[in-house]
Amino acid sequence: MFFLEQAWLVPLIPAVSFLVVLLLGKRLPKQGAEVGVLAVAASFVLSCGAAVQWIQRVDDAEGGAESALGGVLRAFGRSVGRMASEEAVAVVQPVTKSLTWFQNGLVDLGVGIQIDGLAVMMMFVVTLISLLVHVYSLEYMRDDRRFTYYYAALSLFTASMLLLVVADNTLLLLVGWELVGLCSFMLIGHWWEEQPNSNAALKAFFTTRTGDIGLIIGVIMTFFLVQTATGQGSFNILAVNEAAESGEASSTFLFWTAAALMLAIIGKSGQFPLHTWLPDAMAGPTPVSALIHAATMVVAGVYLGARVYPVFYEGFDIAAGGVNLMAAIGGITILVGASLAFVQNDIKKVLAYSTISQLGYMVMGLGVGAWIAAVFHLFTHAFFKANLFLGAGSVSHSGSHHSFDMKADMGGLRKHMPQTFTTFMIGTLALIGFPLMAGFWSKDEVLATADASDYRFFFILGLVGAVLTAAYMTRCIYYTFFGEYRGGDHAHDHAEAGDELVEHHLADDQEAHGHGAHAGPHESPLLLTVPLWVLSVFSVFAGFLNATAFNIEKFKEWVEPRVVFPEVIHPEFDWGKAILATALVFLGVGIAYLYYWRGAGLVDFTERSSVARAGKTLLVNKYYLDDLYTGGVVGSIKGPVARASYWFNQHVIDGVLNTTGAATAATGNLLYRYVDQGSVDGAVNGIATTTGRAGGGASLLQTGRLQFYALIVVLAVGLFSLALWIGS
Amino acid sequence: MLLNQFLLLGAFLFATGIYGVLSRKNSVLVLMSIELMLAAVNLNLVAFSAYLSNVAGQTFALFVLTIAAAEVGVGLAIVLLIYRNLRSADLDEVDVLKG
Repeated sequence: MFFLEQAWLVPLIPAVSFLVVLLLGKRLPKQGAEVGVLAVAASFVLSCGAAVQWIQRVDDAEGGAESALGGVLRAFGRSVGRMASEEAVAVVQPVTKSLTWFQNGLVDLGVGIQIDGLAVMMMFVVTLISLLVHVYSLEYMRDDRRFTYYYAALSLFTASMLLLVVADNTLLLLVGWELVGLCSFMLIGHWWEEQPNSNAALKAFFTTRTGDIGLIIGVIMTFFLVQTATGQGSFNILAVNEAAESGEASSTFLFWTAAALMLAIIGKSGQFPLHTWLPDAMAGPTPVSALIHAATMVVAGVYLGARVYPVFYEGFDIAAGGVNLMAAIGGITILVGASLAFVQNDIKKVLAYSTISQLGYMVMGLGVGAWIAAVFHLFTHAFFKANLFLGAGSVSHSGSHHSFDMKADMGGLRKHMPQTFTTFMIGTLALIGFPLMAGFWSKDEVLATADASDYRFFFILGLVGAVLTAAYMTRCIYYTFFGEYRGGDHAHDHAEAGDELVEHHLADDQEAHGHGAHAGPHESPLLLTVPLWVLSVFSVFAGFLNATAFNIEKFKEWVEPRVVFPEVIHPEFDWGKAILATALVFLGVGIAYLYYWRGAGLVDFTERSSVARAGKTLLVNKYYLDDLYTGGVVGSIKGPVARASYWFNQHVIDGVLNTTGAATAATGNLLYRYVDQGSVDGAVNGIATTTGRAGGGASLLQTGRLQFYALIVVLAVGLFSLALWIGS
Repeated sequence: MLLNQFLLLGAFLFATGIYGVLSRKNSVLVLMSIELMLAAVNLNLVAFSAYLSNVAGQTFALFVLTIAAAEVGVGLAIVLLIYRNLRSADLDEVDVLKG
């Protein structure tokens, strides 16, 4: 139980590391990188310990349930826990620990941890990928102009993300949520000297902030949700879930709470229509894209959805089937992301749109009641997408002169970079759902559950998404690793660099990286390939944790909450659907293969067909969403409002200010001349002079000689006595 | 009993005291003169007490003696400090408060 109860150490260690790196980093031999790596490694070890202990805890509870499968336990199980379809499921309480932060009236605000299967799983994923990214960055970011700062920001990010994960109340979750947003901003804009990078950072920050409004409102509403149910408001996540499950609150209130939180998910997890920041976020260093914009931060929204799932489940009435906001957003995002991935020339942007699309699967999974499938997809996606991103980084680092443009600077890298190629292929296969790979199991489960719980439309959407995914990834592989090498020596000739991102390093890349004067593409060093291989192993085998086809449901057993959780359905593995999905994947790959390798039939398709050309234009312009936001929303606010404020400023405010100023000055002059100089000063000076003269006279009496004073006293007494004598 | 003799003696002592306070340079002598004045007052108090057969006067004389002792203590301390600061006990030297 040590690791579970002391899980608060997991975020604390990187937080301390952040301060150490920031304050002392530049004086350390490795410029602070060693502190960051060690801290994350320590957190990773603690997370593994927590994972092992959690599994033991679950297994112990299961063992107890099996040994005493009597009616007593069954009845008991009904009262405290959830009943599965046939057999009693052992109750496993989350491990909680909390301190009071402050008290306000009767409201107790705590800082605490709530460790259950979901939190443990996330801790494992975050620390593992963060560790690999830390190691990868040692080489990738070598000689960067802000190396220490980069590691400090990575540490802060890891700490904040872990805080978000272990938080036991929504307020603490909000703190972590905002902190990861800040780190994302800092790291996207890591090379802020170039305008596009700093713009991308701002865009990411503001767009996610739009969603955060929803989170703040949602958090407040959950507080009152608990108040309605129990009479005592609370931010505690378990209390929120219980309140949502209790049915005390009105369905309208629950709906709006869920909708507010949904806005937060849309912002953070890159869902339609606020997904536009994620592709731009690729302006950051590639390891950052892998860690933050693929594996961890962007799934914070999905995590939030999974964390307070009862709110969504009841609020959107997910059990009813048909259609609901959450599933719809997820479904649209799948298609939007996947279709936009087709027209990108930048390998990282392909992956970014792919991430958007996969996040769509997760949100849709939550929306159709496939909680475990969505969370499982989060788990597997983290590995293979981080793998792909780091692979893209490896390609640009050693293969294409720090360019990410697939069409201009890559091609044929299969021969030059065999290890990167193999791992990238593994990641791709996992992503497109090749049978037995990680993505196959998780995506298939999302789709199977969607179908089984009366969300047939979304099942079909998911299948279409799978075809698109297979096709765009094939295109990406083709441009990057097959064909002829197009990089040449013109590495810095980016005249048409409208959309592509070129990563610059401090010492202009030629010598500083030690690759023999850029002797063409070559394999990356071990520091880059080892993380790739580790992630590849996970991409292949992580799926078997919940391989429903073989009746392995360990992931569900370990991760799914056993208390305060709606009764979601778990469909049996359906060979028919699995074969259908696989066939569609092969169809997608096949079409793309014919198109790109063979040039079959469809060459210049987009030039010849006006419909296709219009479609492509639409896609290249990203459905005009960016134009809508910058031109429509921002422009309409910026122009008139700015002009109105300017006019108001010039005429009203300045007028008032000027008049006031002039009047004050005139009054001041009058006062100075007559009142101040004339009356007041005269009176004061007069009094002072009089007093001075009087004092001068009186001071003659003050001789300072004691006996003189005594004489005066004696004389005075004598005089008074004489007066009395005469008087009487 | 003749009151007059005591009163005359008291007046003589008091006058001697005033003379000492006003004319002596040495601060110790000034202090001693003040004691003379107090003794004169005490003498008067005791004399009137005996004459009027009222014990209050004698009791009051005892109080005056006690206060006089304390006053000498304070007075000598002041004299000592004056001497330390000015290397002399001459009262004419102590005129820093001259206006």
